[in-house]
Amino acid sequence: MREHVILIINISTMNEYVTLNHGSGGNQTHELVKHVFVKRFGMIEPLTDSAILKEPGFTLAITTDSYVVDPLFFPGGNIGKLAVCGTVNDLAVSGAVPLYLSASFIIEEGFRMSDLEIIAGSMAEEASNAGVKIVAGDTKVVEKGKCDKLFITTSGTGILKPDLDHISTGKRIKSGDKLIINGPVGNHAIAVLGARNRLDFSTSVISDCASLNYLIQTVLNECKEIHFMRDLTRGGLATVLNELAQMISSGIIIDETSIPVDDPVKGLCEILGFDPLYLANEGKILIVTGDEEHKKVLEILHSHPSGKHSAVIGEIVPDHKDYVILNTLIGGKRILDIPSGMQLPRIC
Amino acid sequence: MNNRGLKYIDEYRDKDLVLNLINHIKKSATHNYVFMEVCGGHTSAIHRFGIPSLLPGNIRLISGPGCPVCVTGTDFIDKAIIYSKKEEVIITTFGDLIRVPGSASSLEKEKAMGADIRIVFSGLEALDIARMNPDRKVIFLGIGFETTAPGTAVTIKLAREKGIKNFWLLCAHKVMPPAMEAIIKAGTKLDGFICPGHVATITGSVAFKFIPEKHNMGCVITGFEPSDILQAILMLIRQVNRKAPDVEIQYTRAVTASGNTIAQRNLSEIFEHCNTRWRGFGMIPSSGLKLQKEYEDFDAEKIMPVEISYNEDNPLCICGDILRGLKTPPECSLFKVACSPENPIGACMVSNEGTCNSYYKYLHNE
Repeated sequence: MREHVILIINISTMNEYVTLNHGSGGNQTHELVKHVFVKRFGMIEPLTDSAILKEPGFTLAITTDSYVVDPLFFPGGNIGKLAVCGTVNDLAVSGAVPLYLSASFIIEEGFRMSDLEIIAGSMAEEASNAGVKIVAGDTKVVEKGKCDKLFITTSGTGILKPDLDHISTGKRIKSGDKLIINGPVGNHAIAVLGARNRLDFSTSVISDCASLNYLIQTVLNECKEIHFMRDLTRGGLATVLNELAQMISSGIIIDETSIPVDDPVKGLCEILGFDPLYLANEGKILIVTGDEEHKKVLEILHSHPSGKHSAVIGEIVPDHKDYVILNTLIGGKRILDIPSGMQLPRIC
Repeated sequence: MNNRGLKYIDEYRDKDLVLNLINHIKKSATHNYVFMEVCGGHTSAIHRFGIPSLLPGNIRLISGPGCPVCVTGTDFIDKAIIYSKKEEVIITTFGDLIRVPGSASSLEKEKAMGADIRIVFSGLEALDIARMNPDRKVIFLGIGFETTAPGTAVTIKLAREKGIKNFWLLCAHKVMPPAMEAIIKAGTKLDGFICPGHVATITGSVAFKFIPEKHNMGCVITGFEPSDILQAILMLIRQVNRKAPDVEIQYTRAVTASGNTIAQRNLSEIFEHCNTRWRGFGMIPSSGLKLQKEYEDFDAEKIMPVEISYNEDNPLCICGDILRGLKTPPECSLFKVACSPENPIGACMVSNEGTCNSYYKYLHNE
């Protein structure tokens, strides 16, 4: 996923070394992307899930993402499926129809050929489900111990209708717009964590890893007031909400009771001290829609298998600009902040 | 765990129950009250659920020294860093310690530069690492109060039983009641303690008896759900109003008068009390735990002594005053300006349970 970079008030001094924190998807990741890459590459901010490129006669979306999930196989998917649907979703939430992917593999010497075949099979299957073609790729093998089993990078392109180029930047968002998510949060992170065998628990939680492009296209085709979409990957719902509030210089109010969280996820978060709002998802999106149309959006989402548990979770407000306020379960209020510090490394 | 997940989460977060408690609190609170939640778990829960936004203005909650990461001295981190630089050493630690700033570096930075530092969820996991790496020296960083110390005690016993020779403890375990007495003696203006529920699960309520008896101050041992905390506040208000300070147990589903005697036995078998330094408080008599003589061969500092030069903390950092309940984070000149969770200067900004971290995360535009 390309990082949307936000300006934070205290730019802390860059550290001398890259730490795992720089990969957490939170403030430190943003700082690294901004100070090391964006200024050298001359990229135009705000950065969004896909770059939107206007060419004579068509508008192109391009995105790229690396996958380092550990373990490679987890309930509900594997690194291959993830590498396809993650990139498909980055294109789709930008309003694009995903068309073509490339796939690059860094493989550790000694990796089982049969596992590689299973992973490639999952990629083919997911690409076919999503209606995209994998058309280019690269393979590198490194000595034992020089990478951990397998890393995959996929890039994708798609075409979008010219009237949809506002979606990734949210420039049509206005006060009163409703925020919708398409189901319970936190399942992917907990499923991967459970598969790591380090914690003495087994869980029935399955990753939500899925391509959402058909769901998104249906919504875009039938609704005229879709003002913003973003997938809720690394950093989770809380991160996306904060990035959005700062990008559009508005306030957001969220009702904690309305955010769907599955019971096993809730329970494990209690035990492990995680907040599901900060956990990574791989089949969840946030949609911002005009107030008048939100019921219709919800109806369409509910009729789709990946949107059965969709819910309105909050709205855009003119107050507390740049901040997300959470009405807590018990009726209190607090800030819902961007995560800082290490979340869970290598979750996607 | 079954497919339905944990039971009894939502029950303690019931909005009507909470509203009812708030109404009782409003009716009972006839003047100003200042209560200290000693435990970092309480600080975190209070802010996560937005409890301050529901309480009337005449009730003030201040945070105490009950976040183990926050009260761990810079010298402990500095020692751990020296050990981590030794080629043969594997440092095993709970995750939240790795970002705590030492005087010149942190374990996180050392890890990025190649030190073998591994995050574990328990001492037993560290012991497994020792078993699987017989040619390495594995050091477990023992931090925490009566809650985590019994786990360390069991780990040391097991290491002895199994004859594991490459496992050592760098110990910063502490006990809570002497720190609470130090707070009272420091002159913090308080009307009562919201006492740590998990510590009391081990020690029993009896460990806090001296507070009302000697210092005429009320204590309520409290659970970690919003309705627990609000009920405890109500109980404390009533103690103050009646002028009858006592140790009451709100967290009856976990805490008894005598506590967990098996854990207590393990603690006294392995550890003895010692004077120890708390960040912000200095030396507090009999507030630390160290290995008994019989188990000294597991003490990293005895077997592999290291020298550190004593460094003062950043003079602008007021973590000490915050931990003693004398100041709040917004009164610190570094708060949000130079000190943030990404770039913590004081330890209170590091841990999820740290007061500055909680204020930063949940209240920072107030």
